[in-house]
Formats: sequence, structure tokens, C-alpha cells
Amino acid sequence: MIELTYARAADADDAVRRAADGPGRYIGGGTNLVDLMRETVETPSALVDVTGLSREIAPTADGGLMIGAAARNTAVAEHEAVRSGYPMLARAIVAGASAQIRNMATVGGNLLQRTRCTYFYDTDGSRCNKRTPGEGCDAIEGFNRVHAILGTSAACVATHPSDMCVALAALDAVVHVRSVSGERTVQLCDLHRLPEDRPDIETVLEDGELITAVELPAPNRAECSTYRKVRDRSSYAFALVSVAAALELDGDSIVGARLALGGVAPKPWRARRAEELLHAQPATEDTFLRAADAELADARPLAGNAFKVDLARRTLAAVLQQLTEGARS
Amino acid sequence: MPMIINGHQAPVPTDARVSLLDFLREHLELYGSKKGCNQGACGACTVLVDGERVLSCLALAVQYEDREVTTIEGLSSDGALHPLQQAFIDHDGFQCGYCTPGQICSAIGMIEELRRGVPSYVTDDLTAVDVVFGHDELRERMSGNLCRCGAYNGIVDAITDVYAEQGA
Repeated sequence: MIELTYARAADADDAVRRAADGPGRYIGGGTNLVDLMRETVETPSALVDVTGLSREIAPTADGGLMIGAAARNTAVAEHEAVRSGYPMLARAIVAGASAQIRNMATVGGNLLQRTRCTYFYDTDGSRCNKRTPGEGCDAIEGFNRVHAILGTSAACVATHPSDMCVALAALDAVVHVRSVSGERTVQLCDLHRLPEDRPDIETVLEDGELITAVELPAPNRAECSTYRKVRDRSSYAFALVSVAAALELDGDSIVGARLALGGVAPKPWRARRAEELLHAQPATEDTFLRAADAELADARPLAGNAFKVDLARRTLAAVLQQLTEGARS
Repeated sequence: MPMIINGHQAPVPTDARVSLLDFLREHLELYGSKKGCNQGACGACTVLVDGERVLSCLALAVQYEDREVTTIEGLSSDGALHPLQQAFIDHDGFQCGYCTPGQICSAIGMIEELRRGVPSYVTDDLTAVDVVFGHDELRERMSGNLCRCGAYNGIVDAITDVYAEQGA
């Protein structure tokens, strides 16, 4: 039997002090960690409950929004300031999981959820470098239809499962982090690591560091933005490909674009190469497809997921076309 | 502090590993909430916590101190079925019945979310205060509850009826 202690943190300071006392895991809504523990993918000996941290969603001095790490996914998606100022974020959140899970899941936990690669979960039968570094990866030569095409390594081809994070990447969100030695901030785009030869190290967070809030910059009201998710069924499934996109137009010319992809990479994939190619170009399908091609030029598809290259290309172009038509109407 | 389950107090388990679902079923003998997949994929374990629908299989009971949990056993009052319970009977909203307690708790939570104006993935206008409720909204919002018998037509009819009567 695996012994497990539990303590409820009164606030962030209390949580980081408790975590510093020994090996343990922070737990939010539990929607991922409880499952991982049940499958013995994770076997923590101590849980520090951080659902008592701030769940406030409040405007910042520079016109942005500060979202407490314990805010539930539903609370963020239904918040008026999110729906009006950051529609791609509201849409990304409600594209994820089911209503029940969104009512439980916290913002901090969503950022740190782990891949749904089935080989990662299969503790009895499969090798996984994310679970056991150096063991090997059974996905690379296995059933890899849902796996990543960008940012992968010879050690790991798993995707990051979050929808919310894809929108946060496009929005240049900033993650506030605390530990016993103080506070710091990390750009959301820099929070998750690429796997390289250590896929078990998924973020730049140090042991005991706790996410306390996610900060959004002031919204650009001149932009149109949205989030589109493509999956095997129309609801309640992880993304094969998803696109978070914001487009600012001046007539038929693109002033600026912010793009991120989900379902195709080990981390929320900010598509900066495509963004650069769109800048000051005419908003046409040809432009959109060329930008998508540039972003996907480095794609390394596996035997089962080559379709994702074309799917990502067409979804990206379709979403930009949708935003262009929306801006004109 | 205890948990309040269907109006009755119960001390939370001392073993942190016990899920809310196992606590309800194995400790309190409330067998209405069902264990389908036990991994958050099917919705059969859906219960209401402070009025919000959650999956009791992915919840650790110890985290629910001082919270009000309502299961299918707590929905009737003075022997009268909850309107959704009656509507599921009237519309044949089930065959085997295994998913039904989760479907009904989920639908109650969904109607409350609609009242609050919570958007869904198929909501066109994110800024609208009132959700335009229809077939697509219902299917999207109830997608976390699977029915292996395929009684979806009856389930949709039952929820649509109750929403029309009391939800709007």
C-alpha cells in the first residue's frame, strides 16, 4: 500500500512551506492527478491541497487581467471580462474536457496537466521515457495517430493536452510562481520544455514552486480572435489539431497576427514563424497557406500521424479566413 | 468539518486516497452514483457539489470537507420525484439505467449553468447574457455523459421538456 498524507494549504505561503517539508505534490481539482495516481503513473506520498489559493479574477493596473491559480476553468470561461476581451480563451476553455471536469479543474492544474499518451499511462505494458527516463518509447514505432509532429525528439513524441494553454500562449500570458525563496514570473510560452533527451522534465518550474496566478496583458480590441478544435468526435475529445488565432486587419492588409497550435506538439505551440510571414501581407488564402507551410516546414510526422501536417495547414488557413470574413462583415 | 450529503452530515474519510465516488458507494452505501469508467470519461458518477456538477470518481473525498453533496438519492422530496426523474420515465430516457443518475445530476447542473449564462463551445455570441438554448447546445453541454444503450433521444426530450417548463 502506498501511504498518502493530505494537508490543505491556507494560502500560497502555507502551501510552499508545506511542500518544502518533503516530497509531495500540489493538488487542485484532481481531475488529472487522481487518475494518474490510480494508474500508478504518479505515486506521491504527500498531497498539498491548493484549492484554497486565490481564485479571484481581477483587472490589473495596465488594463489586463489577473486570474488566481485556483479559479475553476468554468469560472474563467464565464467571466464577462474574459468573454468580451479574450474570446479565444473563453472558447478554448469550453472546447476542453466536459462541463463536469471544467467545474473541478483549476487554472494552475490545467497548465500542469500531463500528456494523455496511452503509452505513458500503460505502466504495466509499455516503455515510456517520460515515466522512466532512458527506458525507451513505444509510441514512436507504435500507434501514434494522435502524437506530435512538431518539437518532438527521439525520446518522446507525446502532445501537451491542454486547450486553455494554447490560447494563453497566443495571448502572451505570464505565469506567476512562488516558492519559499520568493516569487518570479515565467512567460507561458516558456513554461513548458521541449522533451529533448529528458521528456520527464516537462516545465521550467523547480521542485516546490507553485503557480499562483496567470496574468493576461491588456486585450487588443482591434483584433478578431477565436479558437477552433478539430477532433475525432464533435465534443469531449482531445484535439487532433487546434488553432488559437488573433488577426488585426487594416482594410485587406494584415497589421498583426497571433497564432498558437494545439494537439501537434509537446507544448502549446506558438507559431511565430507563421506570424512573421503574415505581417503586412494581404489577407488572402494564399498568404494564410504560405504562413502555415512555413510553420510546418519542420514537422516530423510519424507513420500514423502524417495527416496532421495537412490538417494543421488547412485548419490554420480556415481559421484565418474565418477571422478575415468576420472582420469585414 | 464534515461533508453534508443529501442534507446529512458525514465525516470525511481519514484515508486521503478514497475517491468521493467510493466514499458515497462503499462507505455510505449510497449506490445511486455509478462507477462506469472510473477515469472521468463516462459521467456515470456525476453528482452535485454546492449545486455544481462534478465527477465524483476524479474527486478525493478528503477535499470535500464542509461542502454540500447531492446525489440521485437526494433529489426527491417527500416521496415526489424530481421533475427530471419523472421526465426520464415519461420519455423513456434510459434502457438499462446505469448512466441515468449521472445524466439527471448533470442535467440539473447544466440548467443552472444556462441560467448563469455560461457559454459552451457551440455558443455563437460569447457576449450574450442569455444563451439561445437548442438541440446543439444541449448535446454539447451533456457530452460528458455517455449512454451505451443509446437512449439519447429520450434523454434529450426529457431535459428539453424540463428546461422549457422551469429553466428559461
